[in-house]
Amino acid sequence: MTTRRTTTTLTLLLAAGSLGLAGCATQDAAAPTTADTTAADAVSIDDAWVKAADAGMTAGFGEITNDGEAELTIVSASTEAAAMTELHETAADASGEMSMAEVEGGFVVPAGETLVLEPGGHHLMLMDLTDPIRAGDEVTFTLTFGDGSTAELTAPVKDFTGAEESYDGTSGAEHEDS
Amino acid sequence: MAASDEGARGRTGSTRRQFLLGGAAAGFGAVAALSAEHTLDRPAAGAEPAPLHGTETVPFHGAHQAGIATDAQAYATFVALDLHDGVDREALGRLMRVLSDDAARLTQGEAALADTEPELAVVPARLTVTFGFGPRFVERAGGEAPSWLHPLPAFAVDRLEPGFSDGDMLLQVAADDQLTVSHATRMLLKDARGFADVRWTQRGFRRAHGSVAPGTTMRNLFGQVDGTANPVPGTPDFDEVVWATEGWMAGGTSAVVRRIHMDLDEWDTVGRAGREQAVGRTQASGAPLTGTAEHDEPDFTARTDAGFSVIPEFSHVRRARGVDEGRHDRIFRRGYNYDDTPSGDHVSDAGLIFACFQADVDRQFTPMQRRLAELDLLNRWTTPIGSSVFAIPPGCEPGGFVGDTLLT
Repeated sequence: MTTRRTTTTLTLLLAAGSLGLAGCATQDAAAPTTADTTAADAVSIDDAWVKAADAGMTAGFGEITNDGEAELTIVSASTEAAAMTELHETAADASGEMSMAEVEGGFVVPAGETLVLEPGGHHLMLMDLTDPIRAGDEVTFTLTFGDGSTAELTAPVKDFTGAEESYDGTSGAEHEDS
Repeated sequence: MAASDEGARGRTGSTRRQFLLGGAAAGFGAVAALSAEHTLDRPAAGAEPAPLHGTETVPFHGAHQAGIATDAQAYATFVALDLHDGVDREALGRLMRVLSDDAARLTQGEAALADTEPELAVVPARLTVTFGFGPRFVERAGGEAPSWLHPLPAFAVDRLEPGFSDGDMLLQVAADDQLTVSHATRMLLKDARGFADVRWTQRGFRRAHGSVAPGTTMRNLFGQVDGTANPVPGTPDFDEVVWATEGWMAGGTSAVVRRIHMDLDEWDTVGRAGREQAVGRTQASGAPLTGTAEHDEPDFTARTDAGFSVIPEFSHVRRARGVDEGRHDRIFRRGYNYDDTPSGDHVSDAGLIFACFQADVDRQFTPMQRRLAELDLLNRWTTPIGSSVFAIPPGCEPGGFVGDTLLT
């Protein structure tokens, strides 16, 4: 019987090992070979996933870590799964109601920090889906950074009913721009 | 090696008690306060606190699925699912990708993706998730079903209830912590519900982790040592009994899950001698009536002074093995007890979730069950009320998913 106790080392190894299964970030193969590190070189993305939806809108989530020494900015995201993809945040408006809106200036990740995209918070907003996005499918995104570099990430799709949120504009937090 | 409850207590009882008292007195995980005897149990670990057993993990990936050769955990939930109409081969691939990813994470103490209660995922407690496929699953997948993948033949003793029988898919979720089992089961079912409905759920238990030595043969609610004849995981004998070798099932096995109601009220009225004659083993240690220790080989030729078999012809152990038919059929049993809410004038609704694994149901299990249905004194107090057969596919490697040998 192979039973073992987790240690910090093992946990790290397992986390690394699970990236393959979860289909997580892969660096842009065309990353420049200059001495200057691009944002795409410095970023790593863990535990990405997309909420399943038949049509309309949905959202993508994950943990974006900046392993570099300079602040990085994700200025845009795109995927073939949707006609339009926006970078959104969820915040209370003047009346105290939660609403989702496009982030001005993109997602900023300070050096050494992790930006968590999660239901009820920041997320990638997929609008006007090309086809139904079904549980177990994979969605590939291209992230573009402030320095012009890009990174691809592949996220599995999961059914999700949490947080009473709707990304299809029918209920829950309202979209200002939809 | 497995030992009966009594054996374990007799040998290490005082040491374990001292460990528990020492631990309690010193607070959680304070090794420094433990008695010297404790250091005989485990290597000295300096000033490190004793690891909590909730942190123990069983690898998810590998040639075989976990939860079969894994020393049985304290709690298990068995769930059978029925696939929705229209769930085809492509959808089954998506389903198994999602469920395999959930299981890969949860068994290692990590939250599943989109886990709304990630705090419940951090105590794996040897969690394993084992997937099985029923006949319709394999049909929808367009695969070649093993010849034995069908409901068992009807046995005269059966009083099967549809609510505990059959199913397109099996989840066996087991851990040494029931909260862990509950969370993992719910996470898996949330991800399965777009594809399938729950057909039945059976929850079972054994002794708690740490109550008896690992490998101790379990006791059922009749008080019997249950499963002594099992092959030992990690041996060639086990591999031969359990693992299939052909096609997409190579490295897999079959599961038979039967719900056996046990009439504890009637069993109460049977004296100890009668109970032992019914089984062919002593209740105290599980030793055969011809031996003194649990794992003594039964002597089926031994006779009493009056000329009767010491291990009677009607006894469970003799019938199960097929001694008088010239056979020696073998399976690997990994069952759990159940003890549900009684109704009417009964004070118990209890029994056994009989779960066993073998390479070939028709060759290994069915002949045994046929003999037991024909004659086994234990039938007086036991009634099969549920029965299912599933193909358990092999394990998967990182990057793969359970069922990928069938679905890709």
